[in-house]
Formats: sequence, C-alpha cells, structure tokens
Amino acid sequence: MVQVQPSVSEEKIALLKDRAKFVRTETVRLVDIAKTGHYASAFSCAEIFAVLYYDILNLREGEPDWPARDRLLLGKGHAAVGQYPLLADWGFLDKEVLDEYTRLGNPLGDHPDMTKVPGVDFSSGSLGHNLSVGLGMAIGAKYAPQPFDVYVLLGDGEQAEGQVWEAAMAASHHGVTNLIAIVDRNQYSLDGRTDDINALEPLADKWTAFGWEVHEVDGHDVIALTELLRSIKNGERTKPVVVIAHTIKGKGVSFMESEFGWHLGWLDEQDEADVMKELEGLA
Amino acid sequence: MTADLSTESAIGQRGGSWQLTQLLDQAAGFHVLSDTLAELTEQGHPIVVGTADLKYSNGLVLYAEKYPDRFIQFGISEQNMISAAAGLASTGLQPWVATFASFLALLCAEQMRTDTAYTNLPVRMVGHHTGVTLGFYGTSHHATEDLSITRSIANLTVLAPADPAQLRAMILASVDVQGPIYFRIGRGRDPQVYTRDDLSDFALGKAITHGQGRDLTIVATGSMVHPSLEAAKVLRSEGRSVGVIDMHTIKPFDSEAVAALAGNTGAVLTVEEHNVIGGLGAAVAEVLAETVNSPRLFRHGIPDEYAPVGPPTHLYAHYRLDAAGIAAVARERLG
Repeated sequence: MVQVQPSVSEEKIALLKDRAKFVRTETVRLVDIAKTGHYASAFSCAEIFAVLYYDILNLREGEPDWPARDRLLLGKGHAAVGQYPLLADWGFLDKEVLDEYTRLGNPLGDHPDMTKVPGVDFSSGSLGHNLSVGLGMAIGAKYAPQPFDVYVLLGDGEQAEGQVWEAAMAASHHGVTNLIAIVDRNQYSLDGRTDDINALEPLADKWTAFGWEVHEVDGHDVIALTELLRSIKNGERTKPVVVIAHTIKGKGVSFMESEFGWHLGWLDEQDEADVMKELEGLA
Repeated sequence: MTADLSTESAIGQRGGSWQLTQLLDQAAGFHVLSDTLAELTEQGHPIVVGTADLKYSNGLVLYAEKYPDRFIQFGISEQNMISAAAGLASTGLQPWVATFASFLALLCAEQMRTDTAYTNLPVRMVGHHTGVTLGFYGTSHHATEDLSITRSIANLTVLAPADPAQLRAMILASVDVQGPIYFRIGRGRDPQVYTRDDLSDFALGKAITHGQGRDLTIVATGSMVHPSLEAAKVLRSEGRSVGVIDMHTIKPFDSEAVAALAGNTGAVLTVEEHNVIGGLGAAVAEVLAETVNSPRLFRHGIPDEYAPVGPPTHLYAHYRLDAAGIAAVARERLG
C-alpha cells in the first residue's frame, strides 16, 4: 500500500520542473553537437530523471564513487544524453566535457560508459542487460558495509528482451527488496508502437505475476512521481518494486509528441530554435 | 532412489544411489575448484559463487554447503547470471560463476563482452565441460568455438588449465587480476600432469616448456597437454627430438615463447580440443607469421565441423586427439 506522505513543497516542485526542462534543453544542445541523437527517448523520462536526482537518490555532491550511494542504471542507455547534464550538475564531471559530447576522445557517447564517465553506475547500450546488473548490485549491497537501493530505468521496448524476465524471476525468487525498476512506458520503440511490434500488455499483470510489487503513475507529473517514489523509498518493502511510468515519447515538443519517428533524429537550425522556444515556455 | 539432493550432501552418497554424485566424486578438478574458492573465502577474499542449475555438475555444491550465504543459485538463466555477476563485481565483490562452456561462451558471449570485459570488472567465469567432453550429449553441449570467441574480447584473460593442480595454481595466481577471466576447463577428471610443487613458480601468461624439441615442438593447451606429453614420449622413443609447450594462458598470449621457437625447432604442431579455426593454432600462427625464419606450422584439433555423438574418449580417438592419435599426426607431418 502506498502510504500518505507529506505533500511535495512548492519550492521542490519548481526545482523538479526546472530540472526536467534542463534535461530537455541540454538534450537539444548536445544532440546538435552530435548531429543525431535520441531526443524523444530522453524527453519521455526527463521528469523521472529530475525526481530521482533531486529528490530520491541518496547521493553526495562531487563524490560519484561514494560506496553507500543509491545506484541508477539505465536499461535504456540511449537516454544517457539526458543524464549527462545532471551528472555535471552534481559535480561528478566537468561541465565543459558536455560541450564536446560524442566528439573524438570525449568520454560521453550516445550510450554511457562507466569506465569513462564519473557518476555512471554501469555501462549500457545493449537492451535487456541492466536489470540483471542491477540485481547483482542489489544482492551485492547485502555484503556492503552500508545498504543502498538500486534503481533501473527500463525502456518499454526493452521489455521484449528475454533477459529482463530472467532478472525479474530471479529478483523475486531471491527476495531482493532494494531493487526498484522504473519502466518508461512511452509506447514507442524505433519501428513504431510497442504494442504493434510485440505486444506488452497487460504489462502490469506480467510484473505482478513475476512476483513484483507494481505501481503505475503519470511519468510527467512530478508531484505524483515524487510522492510515489518517496513512499517506495521510505516504506517497508517485501518484494522488488516496479513503477510503470506512463509517459509521452518526445514530451515537451509538440511535433515530436505527434510523430513517432523522433526516437532518433536531428533538428536543423530553424526547428531547433522553435523547439527551444517551446521548451522554454514549458515551466 | 532419489534425485532430490537438496536436503543432504551430494558428496558422500556412495553406493550407486545416483550416478551423477558418483561422477562428481571422481571429478578431482571440481573438488579443486570448490576447495580453492573456499580457501580464498576463508582468507577473507570477497568471493561469491554462482551457477545456473549446475552445482552438481561443476561441484560447486561443495562450496555452497560450506558457504551457503555466499552461494547464489541463478537457475537456468545464464545471461542473467553473467550480467548479475558484473553488478556484483561493481560493488567490490569477486564473483565466480560457472556453467557449461557451450552456454557461457556462446549464449553469453555478449554479456561477457559488454558487461564484464568492456567494464573491466573482476568477474571470474568458469566454462566447464568444454570441447567435446560432453560427448554424446551432442553439439548443443559441445564448446569448440569458445577460445575463438573469448580471445577476441578485449580486457578478457583466457585460461585453460591442464589438470586440477594447474587449475588451483591459476585460481591463486588470478586473485589480484583486475579484469575479467574466462577459465576453460574440462569435465574435472583430467589426468594429472603436475604436482603442486611443479607449479610453485606458476605465472599467468608464461608458457611451461617440457623439454626442447629439435625436430618438433608440440604446443598444447588444457586437456590436450597430457596426451601431447604422452605422444612426445612415444616419438622420443622412436628417436625424434620432441618438446612440448603447455600454453595454459591463451590471453594474454605468450608470444615470446612461440617466437623463440624460430631456429630452434624443425616444426610446430598445435593441439587443441577446439575448432582448428580461431583457437590456439590460430594464435600460434599469428605469432609465427610475423616471425623471421619461422618453423613450419601444423594445426591439429577438431576440424571445422560438428562432432558426431559418442563417449568423449571415443571422440578423442576419432579425431586423433589422444596420445596415439597425436603421435600419428606428428609422424605424418614430419614424414
């Protein structure tokens, strides 16, 4: 049961909305350097990133390797472009590094590399792996001097990977309660609607059947997201937990929301100016 | 007769109650694996051990009984196990995970590459029953491609012990290796090649030379070291000068030991329980191709085909990978 938590303060709401906007505007800026990138995939999880990094995760500024930190893994590694600016904001990496995103020798690629980017808790890019990795980390926490939680942000297209369900089975079998998966249910993968490609529904029932505690939430409502994730973080857990966050692919940019092809793309100068104007008006 | 071993020790059930436990009793290599890991755990090394529903086949049941809190049963989900091992390693642990080599190196090739090697984490992956040691279980259970796959993965150390004593020496020598390691081991019943004393100066990456061969040097790895040494004895008794190199480390490869053969041996014969493409023979060929005055090279192993079913010893005879077969191949090649 979700416990009633104190409501989220006005200042916090403003901060979370601002940071979600920051994820989107920085994504536009960085993808422009690379000349191609995952705009829409990062936009759908901008609020999830904001709430995790500015309310939920137990982190220490400037200490990306603090052993007791909560971990955040990206199953959907292609959203890293939205995560990097937040890592810089936390003082884990120099802000100037962002300016050379994806250029030869820069540590920041489309998919994150833990050996090069401080604050990236695990490398990603091959869908389906990181829930298993998170399971290992969560079990590893049992042997660590200080406990921590492991959050894994999964794509909804990623749910078609068999390894996700291997990890899901094992996590509930082993009673791993410090593993929290968040599914960015933005309805689309590269070739179209997920449910036209390889039907996921009833997704919540699947996770329930695999022995997980399941929650559903509007993934763009920072208040609802914060309240839910706080209740999970502070509540008593008896199972691994999954949050199905219902989101909109390309959220924040009208034409990206209505045209699915923006999973991967690039904006020319005029479009980019229009997009920035629209994003700036969001908050 | 019962197959439920969950409530009692699998080991010690003598008397023919269950065939697998009898087989395990004979598998000294697997006792060594569990015992050495238990020894390291006892010393305080941050070891955890996992398997994918094969704890009786690889003997890790022995470790599990001793350290149940450090043993993770993943069930039949090998890819999940390898990725989870990487996650475990990222928290400061040294996970040892084991399954059949055919599943580890082929099914989990990408998890090995992306999650353990790209990240350069200290994951220990034991691929057992490699080559054709699972004889009549068929191609799905044979691993004749694992060296080819693993040695092309950057950051990954690839080891193939010849016998239980060498497996123990390798485990001890590998404790401080930062990156991931793939151990290629047989069915745990390889005949003894070394005593512990023989291996007192064992070092990863440094091949072991058994005599100089003016006429022929056999370079063998893993399960093929013992029959190669036996074959060398026979050939010597026929008046030929034959040496054997035990190439226990496939990566990083001891190129110096191979290059040093130039001018010192008449020919080189590589012997491996692996497809002749991409494994030990290929590694030796790569070195000799760049060596001045390179000796003639002959590669011997499993041809580029799927092996028939049959008991392992019969397959070794079929492919001339037993001592008599290796000696015969050497005679043919030397003329």
